[in-house]
Amino acid sequence: MSAAPGELPAGPSSVLIIEPTHGWTSLQLKEVWAYRELLYFLIWRDVKVRYKQTVLGVAWAVLQPLMTVVVFTIFFGGLAKVGSDGLPYPLFSLAGLLPWNLFAQGLGQSAASLVGSSNLISKIYFPRLVIPISSVLVGLVDFAVAFVFLIAMMGYYRVWPTPSFLLLPLFVLLSACAALGVGMWLSALNVKYRDVRYVVPFFVQLWLFVTPVIYPASRVAGKLEALHIPRWVYGLNPMAGAVEGFRWAALGTVRVEGSVILTSVIVTFILLFGGAFYFRRVERTFADVV
Amino acid sequence: MNAPIRVEGLSKMYHIGRRKDSNQTLRDVLSNGLLNRFRQVSRKLRRAQVEVDRQAEILWALKDVSFEIRWGEVVGIIGRNGAGKSTLLKILSRITEPTHGRAEIHGRVGSLLEVGTGFHGELTGRENIYLNGAILGMRRAEINQKFDEIVEFSGVSKFIDTPVKHYSSGMHVRLAFAVAAHLEPEILIVDEALAVGDAAFQNKCIHKMGDVAKGGRTVLLVTHNMGFISTLTERAMILEEGKLTYMGPTSAAIAAYFRQSLPQSGEDLRVHLDRQPGMVPALTSARLRDGSGRPKTVFVTGDEWQLEIEYVTDGKVDLQGAAFNIYTATGMQIGGLSTYMLSRPPYAIPAAGRVVFHVRDLHLCPGDYVVSISLSKDRYHDLDWVLRAVSFTVDKSDVFGNGFFLTSEQGICSFRGTFELEPEESWSRSPAHDAGSLFPAR
Repeated sequence: MSAAPGELPAGPSSVLIIEPTHGWTSLQLKEVWAYRELLYFLIWRDVKVRYKQTVLGVAWAVLQPLMTVVVFTIFFGGLAKVGSDGLPYPLFSLAGLLPWNLFAQGLGQSAASLVGSSNLISKIYFPRLVIPISSVLVGLVDFAVAFVFLIAMMGYYRVWPTPSFLLLPLFVLLSACAALGVGMWLSALNVKYRDVRYVVPFFVQLWLFVTPVIYPASRVAGKLEALHIPRWVYGLNPMAGAVEGFRWAALGTVRVEGSVILTSVIVTFILLFGGAFYFRRVERTFADVV
Repeated sequence: MNAPIRVEGLSKMYHIGRRKDSNQTLRDVLSNGLLNRFRQVSRKLRRAQVEVDRQAEILWALKDVSFEIRWGEVVGIIGRNGAGKSTLLKILSRITEPTHGRAEIHGRVGSLLEVGTGFHGELTGRENIYLNGAILGMRRAEINQKFDEIVEFSGVSKFIDTPVKHYSSGMHVRLAFAVAAHLEPEILIVDEALAVGDAAFQNKCIHKMGDVAKGGRTVLLVTHNMGFISTLTERAMILEEGKLTYMGPTSAAIAAYFRQSLPQSGEDLRVHLDRQPGMVPALTSARLRDGSGRPKTVFVTGDEWQLEIEYVTDGKVDLQGAAFNIYTATGMQIGGLSTYMLSRPPYAIPAAGRVVFHVRDLHLCPGDYVVSISLSKDRYHDLDWVLRAVSFTVDKSDVFGNGFFLTSEQGICSFRGTFELEPEESWSRSPAHDAGSLFPAR
């Protein structure tokens, strides 16, 4: 459905043309912006409901990474000795888990979001992009809580922020964009093919192992070099750049591979725009099949 | 000034086959893809057959519909279930796209295809007002401004900070309608949203809708309730199998709608198309009989009339009563009987069974009539409700035994009575005239 330029839910002079659309259409980001209050209320609803329904509430946002870090430290840091670029392993893995959880949670939620909102989609109009966007942004609340925990742990291990700390928001954004990029693809596919829902958790699990959360990226880089593969190839996994960059920005890890991060940024952009356009393309059938 | 809504050649096609497979899995797609490839290679002759299959899978929910609505006009849409009413509203609300054609809408549109869209049980009434308002397209400032009014209208102010999962269904619906009723778009699209709550609240809703209509807003309204349509709208359109078959004054539209393929006695009601949305198909049949119990559909004024209703439920709901109502062919409700009228509390009817209503003396003028029947959980809540369950005709007859045939020209109700004749000169002595204080002489 196309809207005449300047048509937004406002103004008596607005004209709306309803016609069949074909193929690729514009993203209508202006319209998404016009519906920012709805976006806000959907995020607010999810956050509220989450913390109302769970007994542990906010504590869960800390407990979950805490327990993961304990398990990782015992098995990967202690038994498997995967290395941690000279950092205390618990801190090393927590700094990796934060962006990873933001991504994994955002991806899982946004992939299921459209089907979960079928009652809205079949009863009312709004830019459908609002749905996956809001489910990714909800994860920022958990992230913020866990971030406080990270700061506390940094204090405990006496790891002080370096100027790179200022670049942290960029890597948070990169993780969220990667989640949204993949989430848009999956949510749109999930409307049509319901088994996507079962594939996602498995997919996320595998993805964790190809991302430098548990182990340092430097180990992979070393292996790649031995095989005569350029290091940037690892950045094709957008989360490799996001996690490594986040860890570098937060903890000031010694070596960070610029080419890996740049590759990840490019891949994320491609995923994000590709996902958004694909989403818009299949959006017109959502209400009919959801 | 431009028409607020102009629709030209709007059509919507569904692939029924594909729709049924909406939950298809990737495996299906992959395996079908391979199979198709194989079939293509193996035989091209099959193509004709595939073409036929494809034709059968297509459903035109809406076919070449064109109309125009004027500013400030309230227009009703009527038609049986599956006639395309909801599809039309969904296209105009931008929920789904048309397959062909176009619509032009001037002004801010608000659509209410359901009350309480997006309500969340865990959130309080207050929180849901904001959430639902935002979903309906209200700005936060607008909701703030109308908040007190909404709460007051809903009548749930005491529980406004209670999670709505603790609300009764009536409270839930009242709050939901209250939010919806305060949406103030220039063009309002409403689907059945009115048929909610108990009778008193419904009345309140109708008044509110009337105010909306009088406020100069353009309203497009779909409902099964002919009463609402005739009070609220001046013009109405009829949709029949996706086509617009009539558009004109509401009274004429309702009449045409009732004439549309009148139901037959004994039709299986569970697949009936005139079931009110949200109803549980429990009524199975409705038959008309004469005084001695023989099936009959053509009566004469003064006949004995029996209506036999059969129903089946799963026994999970306690039923309290059944009722019928007679309507003229133009949709005017004439009257009926219910088990509540004819018995005393505590009310109860079995989970499955038959109710036979006896009308001793059918005081109706010749014409076509339709009967709606309902089965209820209590006096205010129906379990099932079928609008045109059965129809009958009252034929011309010599009611008075003097060769004067009543016709539909004489109205709807046929009275029995007598008269006395008094010449003018006898008036002064008549007792009626003595009571002159009532009708003072000029």
